[in-house]
Order: sequence, then C-alpha cells, then structure tokens
Amino acid sequence: MIFLDDAVNRAIRNEAEASYPNECCGILLGTVDPDGARSVTEIIEIDNTSDADEQYHRFTIGPDDFMRAEIEARRRGVDVLGFYHSHPDHPAMPSDYDLKHAMPCYSYVIVAVESGKSAALTSWEMTPDRARFIQELQR
Amino acid sequence: MSVTIQIPTALRVFTDRRADVLVEGTTAGEAISAFADLYPDIRTHLYEDSGALRSFINVYLGDANIKNLSGLDTKLKDGDTLMLVPAIAGGAESSE
Ligand SMILES: [Zn+2]
Repeated sequence: MIFLDDAVNRAIRNEAEASYPNECCGILLGTVDPDGARSVTEIIEIDNTSDADEQYHRFTIGPDDFMRAEIEARRRGVDVLGFYHSHPDHPAMPSDYDLKHAMPCYSYVIVAVESGKSAALTSWEMTPDRARFIQELQR
Repeated sequence: MSVTIQIPTALRVFTDRRADVLVEGTTAGEAISAFADLYPDIRTHLYEDSGALRSFINVYLGDANIKNLSGLDTKLKDGDTLMLVPAIAGGAESSE
C-alpha cells in the first residue's frame, strides 16, 4: 500500500511533462506505518545522468545524488522510500530493464507520458527473488 | 576504531530495521566486512563471489566516495561514518 500526497502526485506529473520527450527521475521521501504502508510526503528531483541521447528511455540516479538524498532524508526525519521515473510514450508498466536494475524493498513509481501529457501513474515493488514486480495498491 | 555504518532503507530488512550499525575497523574494507559478519544474509548483496564489492554498491566516507579515496583500503578514524549507497537505474524499454 502506498499513499502519494496530492502535491507529490502533481509535482511528479509536472516534472514528467516538462522533461518530455526524455525521462525524468527522482527520489520518494516519507514514512512507513507500522503495518508497512508507505506515505510519500515529499520528493527530491534528480537530474537524469544517463547519456543525453539515451534519456528518452533511460534514467540514472548517480550515487552522489543518492548519498545527498539519504543525508537530507535523515536531516528531515524521513526515509528514502523509493524512486519515480517517467515512461514517455510508453505504458506505466516496469520494463525488463527496470527489473534488471531494481533494488528490493523500494517503491518504484512510474508515470506514463502520452504526447507530452501525463497519463497513468502506478507504483511497483520487486519481489525479493528479483523475478518480477508486484503492483502496489494506491490510496 | 569504532565506526558507524549507515544503512539505506532497502537493506534494513537485513539489519533488524537498524538505520545505523556500530562496527570496528581500521579501513573501510575491514569495517564493511565486520558489518557483513554481523548480518551474514547481507553479504551476498554487498559482495561478488570473487570477494569484490558489487559494482552498484558504493561506499561513502562522509560525502566522499571511497572510489575517489583509497577504495577498501581507505583508512578510518574513530567516530567516522560510512554510508552504503546503491546506484539506481531503469527506463521504459530494453535495448535488446
Ligand atoms: Zn521504467
């Protein structure tokens, strides 16, 4: 179960549309309830550090950016819950490439962008055996 | 030397939810290895079979990647903080 603040949902969509036709990416911050439900309360936008001519279908969050986000999260008293990225003119479904590069225990939010306009927004978590993603319930 | 290892959210399932773990070590390599001894289930996520750290795991001493220092031989002082940082990537479609 994952809950995205309205402001977070809007911010991800705005960034996805502004980055079109390239992919945007960033880090989800928030809290985890005792029952495991995740609440995303803020995001950190990250410059996509994939090669410029690959950014239409690739994103990279480099370790320096991740390290700074971890420090910032600790300073704000929240956790890094996962990551978001956009799929320009592709459905909001994880790709094989997403699966190959995923880390367990994180939420992966994907927003589809169709001809520059944001569409479906989904969230996924990889199974511990790395076999597949399971879609997270959103509320 | 007592040093603190800071654990990213994803790896805390291996550390009884601890965000910080205190270990002993005089180099980054010793400290990470001592950490893996404390939580053996994490070893396979940190190390290749060859014993090298996995390529997508980065270790920071303060805000410096140890790749830019002396790697796993980087010397530590009492009270230093190491952070384990995965690299994150993905995209819309496979290149194959
Ligand atoms: Zn993707």
